[in-house]
Order: sequence, then structure tokens, then C-alpha cells
Amino acid sequence: MKELAYVRASDPAQAVATVADDPDARFLGGGTNLVDHLKLGITTPGTLVDISHLPLDGFEETADGLTIGANVRNSDLAADRRVRAGWPVVSRALLAGASGQIRNQATTGGNLLQRTRCVYFQDPTTPCNKREPGSGCSAAGGYGRYNAILGASPACVTVHPSDLAVALAAVDAAVLVLGPGGRRRIPAAELHRLPGDDAEHDTVLGHGDLITAVELPASALARRSTYVKVRDRASFAFALVSVAVALDLAEDGTVTDVRVVWGGVAHKPWRAERAEDALRGRPLTEAAVRAAADAELASAAPSSDAGYKVPMVRNATALAFRRLVPALAEEDR
Amino acid sequence: MDTTIELTVDGERRAVTVDTRTTLLDALRERLGNTSPKKGCDHGQCGSCTVLLDGRRHLTCLALALSYDGAEITTAAGLARDGLHPVQQAFLDHDGYQCGYCTPGQVCSAVGMLDEASRDAPSHVTEDLDVPTTLEDLTDSEIRERMSGNLCRCGAYPGILAAVRQVAGA
Repeated sequence: MKELAYVRASDPAQAVATVADDPDARFLGGGTNLVDHLKLGITTPGTLVDISHLPLDGFEETADGLTIGANVRNSDLAADRRVRAGWPVVSRALLAGASGQIRNQATTGGNLLQRTRCVYFQDPTTPCNKREPGSGCSAAGGYGRYNAILGASPACVTVHPSDLAVALAAVDAAVLVLGPGGRRRIPAAELHRLPGDDAEHDTVLGHGDLITAVELPASALARRSTYVKVRDRASFAFALVSVAVALDLAEDGTVTDVRVVWGGVAHKPWRAERAEDALRGRPLTEAAVRAAADAELASAAPSSDAGYKVPMVRNATALAFRRLVPALAEEDR
Repeated sequence: MDTTIELTVDGERRAVTVDTRTTLLDALRERLGNTSPKKGCDHGQCGSCTVLLDGRRHLTCLALALSYDGAEITTAAGLARDGLHPVQQAFLDHDGYQCGYCTPGQVCSAVGMLDEASRDAPSHVTEDLDVPTTLEDLTDSEIRERMSGNLCRCGAYPGILAAVRQVAGA
């Protein structure tokens, strides 16, 4: 590991100023991803600004919902009674990720800013445009089972690993950011970006931008929500694909409003808007859900290695809706 | 760059001088001589370095020691200070190990996990998030899921499961 300086931040504004003034400085939160990257030589910062002791670790009930401090641990967020009742997809997504130990350590903000688990990104001996811009993409012609099927570019074909980010996009959450230019509020669904010709940046945040909180707005949609994750093993693995669904259903079974967000398929949580449009205002049936998923998947461009993700995400979407409306499968039989 | 921090390890306050890059695991093992937490993968994937940190199960390999100045740490060795902890006794009763390398991490993880479950923490396999979690609800699949951060390459999982089940009283 390269030598580095360590600064324990005393308040958020000072932390932001310290990082903003030093291109070689990085924030350190729970450390579950960054410390590993230091060991692997994936990133070599000169200074770590430790934000894990900042008082950003509370829950605040607001008129619109619940505000979660960026340092709230994944385990505490998942277990919170208000979150379990009002935003079950958030609890479910967190519980489907990592291990008990890591959830006790990993933070809300850090979860959103974790980096890809692409095997080439994590291996500094191979070219990777995300790790070393301009060096090329090894995954495009290499081991491709985990690659994106939507929104990829020649520069980068990887997917974003956060389960929480997928869930937040499904409940219209917002991310509060303190940066060198002041405070701003970013819809969670707009935090992450597609690679285009700039694979280096995972999000729209700039150097020195610090996530301070996440806002969860209360809604009928959020209350009826769930998360389905498909993995190579039963637990403690990243998603092959995942699905967050939030559903507001009228008494007659018509879809009043819906969110469908996919993980494991793109460089960002993939809001399946075409699928949502196909479902909104119509009676909810299993056939309608599958047709809606197909409408979204019409633009999928999987490599042969990742082709299995197309039927997998369609099936996982149908399963998510069945979990929310158990009668669905019965009706179609 | 060396800095001196203070850790309470297994009930003893200890000063330890560490580099900015020293992990909590290396501080415990190499600087303080506490070899109870084990270095398995050193990348947060195996759980053998698990301790109880400020009361919660926590990895020590993905933790820079400087960030934990003032922390209170209990290792598996510390759990046995006044005789074997019930979880340790249960691992003996059910042969919850073969080579023993993962065992200190398994034991700390089980102690932390049982505490989480007794405080209404749900898991991935919990069917209904509205129903309070209790120790008595810990089915085999709940125990397996909650212990999934600890690998045992000898494959002593049936014994580990039986040991944890005994302590949970499920």
C-alpha cells in the first residue's frame, strides 16, 4: 500500500474543503470498499479524510417522510421499523447485500458510492478505462458473465453493484450533497450515470462532493414495494440481476402508479420506464408484467456471455410483482 | 507515518503505535500479540477476522486502525475470560469446526448475530418484515443466512448450525 496521510474530519464543511483543495485526497467512510482498494492498488490517494466520525448518523422524521444520515450503517437502516413499514424495498435490498459484519460497518452514503466488482477493474494488471482512463476495456472481449445488457458503451460494459441504489430509485428518494459549491439535492435515480466515453465516473458527483443524507419520501408506492435479487449463491454475493418494484394498485386491480428498477444490468440502476408506462393505468396481470419487461428489454444488447440476464431479469420482475400481489400467479393459471 | 492510538482489547486498555495503513487486524495480531482474530482472505470475504467492536460483530481486515482510536474490542479469546462463553461451549458440544482456523471468527459472529436477532434485526430470509424477530424464530435457514459472512473451508457447517441453534434455543 502506498504511504498516505490520515485526517479525521471534525465537521462536514471542513471535510469537503480538505478534499476539494487536494486532488489526491479521498473521503473514508465505513471503508469496506475503499480499504480493499488501497490493498489492491486500485486507488492510491495521498490523503484520507475520515468522515466516519461526523455526526451524520441519525434518522430524522420530516413532514414528507424520513431523512437518513449518510453515516447510518446498512444494518441499522435495514432494521429500522419505520423503513421496514414505509419503504420495505430499502430494507430488503440492504438485507440482500453483503454479510452481517459488513452491514454493521458499511454506511448509507458509502453503499451508493461503492465501485464496480468487474474482475478487470479489480485487477490492476489488466487494462480498464474506469481504473485507468484510456487503457481500454478488458471486459468487453473477456470474461463477460457479469457484464451489462443495457446502456453499455465501448468504453465500459460493467454494472453498478449497489442494491440500495436500485431500491432508492424505486421510491423516488433523493440524495443530499454538500460540495465545494454548496448544498444540492439529487434525485437518487439521477445519481449514477451511463459510461458513454467517460468510464471513470460512476456518478454525477465531482471531487469534494460529500453525500450527507438520503431522503425517503413517504408514498403508497413505497409502502407496497419489494426487492428480488438473483445471485450465484444463496447469500453474500453480488447480483447477477435484481429488481426493485414499488406499486400503487387501485381497488379494482388497476395500476395507479408503478416503479420498476433493475440492478445488475447497467452502469447505473436501470429505471425501466417503458415497462412502467406499459403497466400504468391497466389491470395488473402476470402476462402484462412479462410483456412490460419485454418492452423494456427490446433495447437490450447483451453479449453472448451475459445473454442469460435477459430472461433472468424478466422472470425476476414477474417474481417481484407476485410477491407484492400473491393473487397474480393464481389468476393466470 | 506513525501515530499512537488507544484500544480496549478484551477488557484491557492498550496503547498501540500504528502506521496510517495498518489495519485493525494487523494492529491486534502483529502489534498487540492478540492472534485470536485470524487473517484468512484479508479482503472482507471470509469473516475469519471477525471481532465484536463496540458490541457489534465487525471485520478487522477492512478497517484502518487509526479510524478506530478509542474502540472497545472483544475477540474470541476475550469471550473466554471467565470460562467458556455459551457459544464456545456449543461449538465444542457439536463439533462446530475441523481445523479451527475460522472458529474465532465464527464464534464472534455468532455472538453478534444472536444479539442482533434478539434486538429485532430481520434478515434476507425473514418472510414478514412487520413481525418482530426473536431468538426463538431462528430457523435453520435464518441461522445459515445470518452466518453467511463466515466461511469454513473444512465444511463444518452442520456442526456450526447445530451449535448456534443450541444457543438460540430455537
